[in-house]
Amino acid sequence: MIANYGYKDGSGEFYISIDTDKCTSCPVEHACLTGCPKGMFEIITDDYDDVVAAVKQSFRRSLAFDCSDCKPVGGYTSLPCTTACTPGAIKHSW
Amino acid sequence: MSSGEKKEYWRWQENCWIDETKDWRAAKIVTAGIDVGSVSSQAVVCVDGELYGYNSMRTGNNSPDSATNALAGVLEKSGMKLEDITYVIGTGYGRVNVPFAHKAITEIACHARGANYMGGNTVRTILDMGGQDCKAIHCDEKGKVTNFLMNDKCAAGTGRGMEVIADLMQIPIAELGPRSFDVDEEPEAVSSTCVVFAKSEALGLLKSGYSKNKVIAAYCQAMAERVVSLIERIGVENDFFITGGIAKNPGVVKRIEKLLGTKAVDTKLDSQIAGALGAALFGHTLMLKQAASATKAA
Repeated sequence: MIANYGYKDGSGEFYISIDTDKCTSCPVEHACLTGCPKGMFEIITDDYDDVVAAVKQSFRRSLAFDCSDCKPVGGYTSLPCTTACTPGAIKHSW
Repeated sequence: MSSGEKKEYWRWQENCWIDETKDWRAAKIVTAGIDVGSVSSQAVVCVDGELYGYNSMRTGNNSPDSATNALAGVLEKSGMKLEDITYVIGTGYGRVNVPFAHKAITEIACHARGANYMGGNTVRTILDMGGQDCKAIHCDEKGKVTNFLMNDKCAAGTGRGMEVIADLMQIPIAELGPRSFDVDEEPEAVSSTCVVFAKSEALGLLKSGYSKNKVIAAYCQAMAERVVSLIERIGVENDFFITGGIAKNPGVVKRIEKLLGTKAVDTKLDSQIAGALGAALFGHTLMLKQAASATKAA
């Protein structure tokens, strides 16, 4: 399942997509948890009883601001979360 | 109604229905799904995996009471008691506040499952237009979610937005859809970014000489454009199904169909019960799994 967390507002579309099929077979024990400097990810059991990563509820409506430090303007050349996620399950829409 | 009493144009029809042809007492498994949404609450009872009855009503300011009242409607009409229900699943934004639920499942999974039942196993794309959010869901032939997108940051493209316009126009909400077609030409959409902007723009249009019907048409178009941009992000695959209260508004539905170039699957059932129905069906599946495990262990 592709789970998209985020929103669209007047300033654009801000979604973090997690491919949970890749997540269930994570070989690096969910490195996203420590990869994100703000600790935005958590591990949940989804509706189909798969143990997968998700964006914490408290961050879902403020991604444009919370992720801005990790974007090129913050000095990063690649996103820490997508780099940490070796199965390639995490993607940003912006 | 007294002259000082404010008419509630936004108020939509609540309803309770029981399938009189079924006898719940003869059923092996009775399950219930309770969908406590931001605007409406539904209780659905299924007997042996088939829809038996439902109650759809407005959510109050207390989620546990809303859940209890929604189910009470079905119980009263059917002569059933809470103890007669084998398994209850809560869903919707108030799912964790259903006091008698055995389990909570997100409304995304439940709407997909409910749409699969209501529209058939050929349904692949679902648009749930809820009271305060809008979800685009892609599912497989079993009603399992494969992709979803949710917009819950803004009331634009939601039932609440339509209620605001009904009050502004002083037209009952059920009449908005049909009246939106009673225009000489299709107007440009108002702002689809924000309900507050749309309301201001609608007032401006009224002052500039637009008829009420034309303003409603402009708002329905804006709402359609808003949700279509959301659903296009996950891709539209037929069959296409719309759940939620806005599915009852032809002014929005027809415009969505025109923008997407596809027709939504019709259903005789109330589009608002999809989430609760999906929850009740999840309950039935869980009961079957538990029974199978028990048999295997024995």
